[in-house]
Amino acid sequence: MAESTVEHLHVELVAADRTVWSGEAAMIIARTLEGDIGVLRGHAPTLSLLSASVVEIQVANSNQLVVVAVDGGFLSVANDRVSILAERVELAEDIEVSQARIDLEEAKRLLDSSNEAEQRVRHAEARIRAAEKVS
Amino acid sequence: MAVSLREYRARIKSTESMKKITRAMELIAASRIIKAQHRAQAAAPYARELTRAVSAVATYSNVDHPLTREEENPKRAAVLVITSDRGLAGAYSSSVLKEVERLAERLRGEGKELDFYLAGRKAEAYFKFRGRPFVQAWTGFSDQPTYDKAAEIGAALIAAFLKEQGEEGDVDEVHVVYTRFRSMLTQEPTAIRLLPLEVVEGEEAPSSDELLPLYEFEPSAAQVLDGLLPQYVQSRIFYALLQAAASELAARQKAMKAATDNAEELIKKLTRIANQARQAGITQEISEIVGGVNALADAQAAND
Repeated sequence: MAESTVEHLHVELVAADRTVWSGEAAMIIARTLEGDIGVLRGHAPTLSLLSASVVEIQVANSNQLVVVAVDGGFLSVANDRVSILAERVELAEDIEVSQARIDLEEAKRLLDSSNEAEQRVRHAEARIRAAEKVS
Repeated sequence: MAVSLREYRARIKSTESMKKITRAMELIAASRIIKAQHRAQAAAPYARELTRAVSAVATYSNVDHPLTREEENPKRAAVLVITSDRGLAGAYSSSVLKEVERLAERLRGEGKELDFYLAGRKAEAYFKFRGRPFVQAWTGFSDQPTYDKAAEIGAALIAAFLKEQGEEGDVDEVHVVYTRFRSMLTQEPTAIRLLPLEVVEGEEAPSSDELLPLYEFEPSAAQVLDGLLPQYVQSRIFYALLQAAASELAARQKAMKAATDNAEELIKKLTRIANQARQAGITQEISEIVGGVNALADAQAAND
């Protein structure tokens, strides 16, 4: 692989209708279908599917932590460039915990009747976790 | 004479209020276009990254996915028609529908039967009025499409595409007809084939030092592709909806500008006619008075 001159990872966090966050990061932690993955500089090129979960981005040169909840999507790493794509991406600061709890209850009630509900439960749980992490 | 003068004034007044309305609609469309363009731009990174990822998988694994598989003997095709919900946008919706007819003729010529999926009230009305069958219609979002709607449409189309041949509601091809936004002045109705997907390996050829790296796939290339391709389809539909929305607003702005100009022209013409009528009325009154005075004078002269 070509020597990279970039000091940090360049991250693009993209939802279907907008770019949610983009910038330099020191580390990214996400959860794929097979388990948690941490991405540092120099990571091998990877393309993996994410589960509905919390993604943490450690911003470069600061203690700032960007926490978001995604509803699935995928993560691709190549040449110290990371893109995280999901149909719905929410910053933890924007999540209303009470609303997320209501969604969770509703999704849990539907759990037996529909296949989608499991996905919704995970998404709601991820949103609550993300919100709790920053508060 | 005086009656028609009043009539003319009334017509001028109604034309003026019409002009106000069309002018307002023109301005609204103009301000919304900017928002629609922003939305289209904001959605571009997602489409770009997705395309990159799909071509990465396609390059490093043997692509054989139901969504990319060509049916050997295609018998049925689905056509997604994207029009507006509201009129007053000039020939916007009708030119899309004309394009649909052209495409339909071509596909029928190839011996395929057609299933129609409609987006926008105009398309729905067109099909209902002619009593032509359609499978499903989505309405109420044409000028501000959301990703959720695109996902819904995409899910329906993918479901129909994935059915086995011979099964109820199965289609072997999916086409989309929408209006591409070229610029504020030109929007052209376009027909594209959405499914089976043709995976293009990178929109622009990567330069030699920027070759796509060898990826690791997690859980596996096939599963990643499984997750990616439906999203890719939905993002393509979303893109088409956004383009259509921007085109609709541009077409509406153009149509309303023409209407405003016409109203102005009409007001000018009517004002001239009204002035003429007023002048004619005055002239007639004067000549009547003069005639009367003359008659009196003649009578007096005869008496003397």
